[in-house]
This record gives sequence, structure tokens and C-alpha cells, in this order.
Amino acid sequence: MAEAVFLTLKLAVLTTILLMVVGIPIAWWLARSNVWWKEAVGAVVSLPLVLPPTVLGFYLLLSLGPQSPLGQAIKSVIGFTLPFTFTGLVVGSVIYSLPFAVQPIRNAFEAFGEEPLEAAATLRSSPLDRFFSVALPLARPGILTGAILGFAHTVGEFGVVLMIGGNIPGETKVLSVAIYDYVETLQWGKAHVLAGGMVVFSFIVILSMMLIERRMRERLT
Amino acid sequence: MSARDDTLSARFKGALGSFRLDVDLTFPANGITALFGPSGCGKTSLLRCFAGLNRLDDGDFSIEGEVWQDGKTFLPSHKRAIGYVFQQANLFPHLSVSDNLAFGLKRLARGEREAAARRFDELVSLLGIGHLLDRAPRKLSGGERQRVAIGRALLTAPKLLLMDEPLSALDFEAKREILPYLESLRKKLSVPVLYVTHAPNEVARLADHIAVIENGCVLASGPLTETLARLDLPIRREEGAGVAIDAEVAEIDAQWHLARVAFPGGSLWVRDPKKPVGTNVRVMVLARDVSLALEASENVSIVNHLPATVLKIADGDHPAVVAVKVDVGGTPLIARLTARSAVLLGLEPGKPVFAQIKSVAIVE
Repeated sequence: MAEAVFLTLKLAVLTTILLMVVGIPIAWWLARSNVWWKEAVGAVVSLPLVLPPTVLGFYLLLSLGPQSPLGQAIKSVIGFTLPFTFTGLVVGSVIYSLPFAVQPIRNAFEAFGEEPLEAAATLRSSPLDRFFSVALPLARPGILTGAILGFAHTVGEFGVVLMIGGNIPGETKVLSVAIYDYVETLQWGKAHVLAGGMVVFSFIVILSMMLIERRMRERLT
Repeated sequence: MSARDDTLSARFKGALGSFRLDVDLTFPANGITALFGPSGCGKTSLLRCFAGLNRLDDGDFSIEGEVWQDGKTFLPSHKRAIGYVFQQANLFPHLSVSDNLAFGLKRLARGEREAAARRFDELVSLLGIGHLLDRAPRKLSGGERQRVAIGRALLTAPKLLLMDEPLSALDFEAKREILPYLESLRKKLSVPVLYVTHAPNEVARLADHIAVIENGCVLASGPLTETLARLDLPIRREEGAGVAIDAEVAEIDAQWHLARVAFPGGSLWVRDPKKPVGTNVRVMVLARDVSLALEASENVSIVNHLPATVLKIADGDHPAVVAVKVDVGGTPLIARLTARSAVLLGLEPGKPVFAQIKSVAIVE
């Protein structure tokens, strides 16, 4: 049981870090770019919001599997194919949770408008410097929201995990899959412990996020 | 050639969205040039062209030998030595007042940075913001915010200071609080300032030179007194139209609390401004406070009578009214009269008259 909890946290932490590395630049580009096809990119990023996780998992399984060109390319670089590995789970989780991280960050970048960036430009701040010294600090509440939503979502995902991760203890058997297992094998007591723990955990995450975000926003107005 | 009679020239031409700008402007490299005109006339767009925030393909501007824009070059904003004061103070909410002030300063090249840092304390006390340094911008009043924004812009050691209606977002009290700071800056700064406004009283108080902008073009540009007295410009139709005159306190009448201020061509009695003899002051004579008489009449309550010569008569803002420009020993004045009076007095260019001035405001 502890193994599943630890694995889940490891997956969620890694995924969140990657979500920030990938999601912040995507959100910035979506907020600032003027190209006409940017909303198409925005829609692709948002697809996991509406697709059943099993559909996403199915295509990830196919495209990352040993039969696909992408899967073969990945295998030639890292030496193994991604499905049914922890690394594969991280990749799937990042894709699955991307819209939950990108959307609030994009909103935050759009909310403060041109003015602070123009002010910075007139104060000798280069475009890259403006991003780090002005845009990122001003978007802090949105970035925090994005990180927490991405984290919480990864902790709770099930469909994608089952499709591309399977149920390998210590490798891909995360909390949600473990709960499913306990229920299937009628170990309701253990299922209760994990499920109840998830409810408490989720409540604490959401509450602290709302409180921290409110304080941040107050300080930025 | 001394620095004082140096001038700067700029040309910007092109479309911004549906708006067309076609500006050719020459202004002094010293002192404040007001860009004056109604809302939507393009003055802010013009200012943004100087800053590099708007880009018109056809433009030319160089300052101190450095090309900011020409056929080949377009220097991005962050490489231009500008200070820009926005309508809204636009302080960074995540930084304290002192970090806001230091934002541009920290990004200067080494040599410039040390010189500018030495001015930090002086500027902070000049703007009266020393007690605010540790505060967050959200804890400041509107006037305080704008003073910090002015300080922040000046600490970048600008070669050109651009101010976009810095007072328009402030209430009356805050305006009154901030104007004295702007006036003291005007006296201490050696940087050319472009000051966008549609308020004639700000022009009268602060500007040395004025460019009147209408529909994206410069309608007229010249020294303040001369330009304000031109009858062919829309500025005289504005509420509070009049002439600003630079004068000097010449005599104080302590008994009646009056002072005589002298200007080329004459002098005026005004309320004692509590300034020593010899101080430079600027006075504003509004067109509606000037009436004309054919002879000097002693038995009226008006104290200021000046011999003058009619220069020009133009239509006023209403068919019943005319604007008459007169010359007082080289200084122009404008009088707002009824058209009937003008005919009854037989006013025509060259006719000698007496200008009776009901009230004179000291604007600084």
C-alpha cells in the first residue's frame, strides 16, 4: 500500500515539474502570439479535457508502442519502449494534465495586459528579461493554480494509467489502480483507507490552493 | 552653438490601424514641449512612436548622434534612452516603491548606472517620496504613484523624457499636489521633455514650447506665448484660452498685498505671490478677462491698463463673439469681445487701444 502511495507522489511531483517546464512556455505563446492558427494549438492542448481518458490512453499506447515509428525512434534513443514503464506513465500524465496547467497560466498572462510589459520595455528591459522579471512574477497566482491542478489531476488519473501503465507493482501501480485492485478482490477495508485518504488529500490541496491564491492576488492588485 | 538653441527633429508617417499619423516636428532640445490637442488626435500614438512602442515604417528620429529610427534602423524600446511616464502610473505591483525606482536603473550600463544612482537621493527628495520607499504600490495614493512613476522614468538617465497625460487620471487634489513637483523638475532638468496633454492650464504652467496636434498632423509648433496667441489655432476656442507670459517680480506693494511683474513691453499688478523681487514667474491672462477701450479710463476698478495695438481680429466660438489679438510692446494678448463692441469701437489692425485686464493668474 505504501509503495503505491510513494509511487503516486513520485509520479505527481515529476509530472508537475515537467508540466511547468513545458506548460509555461506554451501558455505564454498562446497568450501572446498573433498567428491565426494558435487557437488550433490551444484546442489540441485542451483535448484531454473532453476526451475519455481511455481514448487518450489508447492512442498513446499505439503511438508509443514498439510497432509505431515514434515508438521505434524512442527505443533507439533510450533503449526501451515507453508503455508499461514508469517513464511512459510520466509522459502520459504530462499530456493528460497539460490543459489543467496551461489554462490558468494562460489566463494569468492575459490578465495583466500589455501595460506592465511596455513599462518594462521603456525601462531598458529586454524581451527575455521582461518575461522573467515581470511576466512570471505577475502570473504567480495562475502558475500556482496550474501546478496544483496538474499535481492533483495526476494523483487522481486512472484511465490513461491503466491503458499505458498497466498494473506493475513499484513501476506503474499507482493509487487509483491499487484502489481498483482492492475493490476487485473484495478487500474493501484497504480500499477504504486509500479512497478516504484521497478525499482528505484532495480537500486539503484545493483549500490551501484557494487560500494561497487569494493572498497572492491581494498582493498583486 | 550652445546647447540651448539646439533643436530636435522627428518625422513619423504611416497608418496605425485605421488611424493615420503624418508628423513632422521640430522642438527644442531643452525644456518642455507640450503636445496639445483633443482626445484621439494622435498625440499618444506620436509619443509611442518616439518610444518605439509603435512602429511606423516611415520615420526618422535621432538624438545626440544616435539613430533611433530611419530607413534602415529601428531601435527597440529597451535600447532607447527614454523615460516614459504613462497615463496610469503603471508601477510593478510585485515590487516595492524602491524596487520600482531601481528597475530601470539596474538595467543601465555600468558607467551610466553609477552616475544615475548618485542622483537617486536627490530625485527622491525632489519628488517627496522618501517616506514611501518600503511601501507596496497598492498602498499609495494616485498622486504618490504618479510621482514614483516619474522618478522611475528619470532614474534611467533618459535622453528624452516622454510624458503621456501624467495628470489626467488624477483627481483635482492629486493634480494640485503633483504640479509643483513637475514645475521644480522643469527648472532642474536638462532633458528635453515631450508632454502630452489636452489641458490648457497644464500647458500654461509647464510648457516652454507647444505643438498643436490635430488629426494626426502638427497644426502649429512654436514658443509658448507666441503660439498660444495665434488666432488661427483651435487652442483659443478651448475653455480657458489665453496667453501665458513669462515675467519677473519687479516691485512689491506690501500695504495692498500686490506685486508688479514686468515683461517685455509692460508690467501688470498681480496678487502678491510671496516671492522676492527678481523671481521669474509665469502669468496667464485669459481672453475672457481682457477688454479693450479707446482711451485710458482712470475711474474704473480695473488696475491693469496697457497701451496696445490691434493686430488681428478673428471669429470667436459663437457668432456674437470675436477674438482680438493685440500687441503690447512685443508681447501678444488676446481679448474676447462681442462682435458688436468690436464694430462700435471701430477696431481694425493698427488701431491703438488700451487693454484692460480684469484678472491675472500667476501659474507658477
